[in-house]
Amino acid sequence: MPKFNRWWILKPLVFLLCLCPMALLVWNAFNGGLSPNPIDDITDTTGDWTLRFLMITLAITPLRRLTGWTSLTRFRRMLGLFCFFHGFLHFTTYVWLDHYFDLRTMVEDVAKRPYITLGFTGFVLMIPLAVTSTKKWIGRLGGKRWQKLHRLIYVTATFGVIHYLWLVKLDIRRPLAYGAILAVLMAFRGWNIVMARKEKERAYHLT
Amino acid sequence: MFIKRPADIKYSEVTPESLYHNRREFLRTATATLGVAAVGTILPGCVNAATSEPVQAKPKGPYDTTEKVTPFEDITSYNNFYEFGTDKGDPAVNSKNFKPANPWMVSVEGMVKKPMKWSLTDLIKGIPVEDRIYRMRCVEAWSMVIPWNGVPLAEVIKRLEPTPAAKYIVFKTLNDPNQLPGQRDRFLLNWPYTEGLRLDEAMNPLALMATGIYGKPLPNQDGAPWRLVTPWKYGFKGCKTIATIIFTDKQPLTAWMEASPREYGFYANVNPEVDHPRWSQKTERRIGEFFRRPTLPFNGYADQVAKLYTGLDLRKNF
Repeated sequence: MPKFNRWWILKPLVFLLCLCPMALLVWNAFNGGLSPNPIDDITDTTGDWTLRFLMITLAITPLRRLTGWTSLTRFRRMLGLFCFFHGFLHFTTYVWLDHYFDLRTMVEDVAKRPYITLGFTGFVLMIPLAVTSTKKWIGRLGGKRWQKLHRLIYVTATFGVIHYLWLVKLDIRRPLAYGAILAVLMAFRGWNIVMARKEKERAYHLT
Repeated sequence: MFIKRPADIKYSEVTPESLYHNRREFLRTATATLGVAAVGTILPGCVNAATSEPVQAKPKGPYDTTEKVTPFEDITSYNNFYEFGTDKGDPAVNSKNFKPANPWMVSVEGMVKKPMKWSLTDLIKGIPVEDRIYRMRCVEAWSMVIPWNGVPLAEVIKRLEPTPAAKYIVFKTLNDPNQLPGQRDRFLLNWPYTEGLRLDEAMNPLALMATGIYGKPLPNQDGAPWRLVTPWKYGFKGCKTIATIIFTDKQPLTAWMEASPREYGFYANVNPEVDHPRWSQKTERRIGEFFRRPTLPFNGYADQVAKLYTGLDLRKNF
């Protein structure tokens, strides 16, 4: 029973924490805290936080392995959905505020500008993940298949980083930093696969 | 201040301080608009009217636009001036302590009758300061309308007497990493910032050496104490805080050409037909407006400058 209580408090707390960046953005928007080009600010902020949440979500598994704190997994779905939430806002800003549903220019953009093509693809790939994030869907797909599907997040994160890298005007240090973080997170997974394979081989030889 | 303006023209008459406004209003209105537009009951034309202040600049000269001027606050808080940081809000903050030397010395070099160091005061002495309300189109696809004060570049060039061999004029920003902290970052551009014009472009009456905006001395973040303004070209051509002028017979390598030759050319004329390799230049967002507006060839100054480029392939010479 005390354990139940702890989660009952922690989860909403993390949820509220995750809402802070957008709450701050909205507050700024209505209190003169944005630049004279607010649509650009909204685009940048939602994009930044999509990438940040992707990194945080992808850090859960490595952190869990390193710390042994298995309950971290309880936050993974929520954090993943926050990736989608911010990605959706970023996409909506582009479609609505930036281009005001001007389909012609947007289609041209997606086709002609590789960074938009990548960003758009990365976002679209998150849709099935958001849809199948429920327990019901895990059951429906089966754990193995569900897990396989959700590896799409690696593609989204990679596309997201390249999307950022290709759009900056000159100073590529920030996108490179995201790239470095992503590389570390992916290397950890690669390392784990190698180790698991070795473990399996050893077990095989022992029997 | 060494910047003397003719007393008869006061920009404060044209644009009262009351137009200090409307960022808050902007989003509130935009949000309201979106709500209404979502149910599809509003005409796009109404929205612009609703989001904008009823400020109308009075044209004073033949080159002035009658479009709404951008508020002083926006012109001075949204700047690309990497010497003071790469975020557009940085220059306003990081240039606070910059005090342009007085007298401001300008080194005039190369193919001129007499290469020498001028004080800015002497360099523009006697040339009447003019008011010019120009559109400013950034290569990043946003734009402003700026009421500049300054002297025609042509007058300055006449005073400097370039030799007949001179074909180009080159501008360089002050090179002083102590005063311009962005210059300590070797990872960015090759400092000092370098820009240039063909001499016939520079002699065009539109080309202005600005010493102020809104009748006030040029703010640091906008390139104090003086800067180049070429309204038919993308904003980055407007070299700021100029300390060196060189006359030469060779097309100079400008800062952005050097950083990314595929994306930035020498001419950098505003051209909706030639996209930046990574984004479209067909439309722009005017600061303070919600909807994008079409970008005009030569930023709307084709009548004045198109003749400079007859026979030149503007796709190749972007």
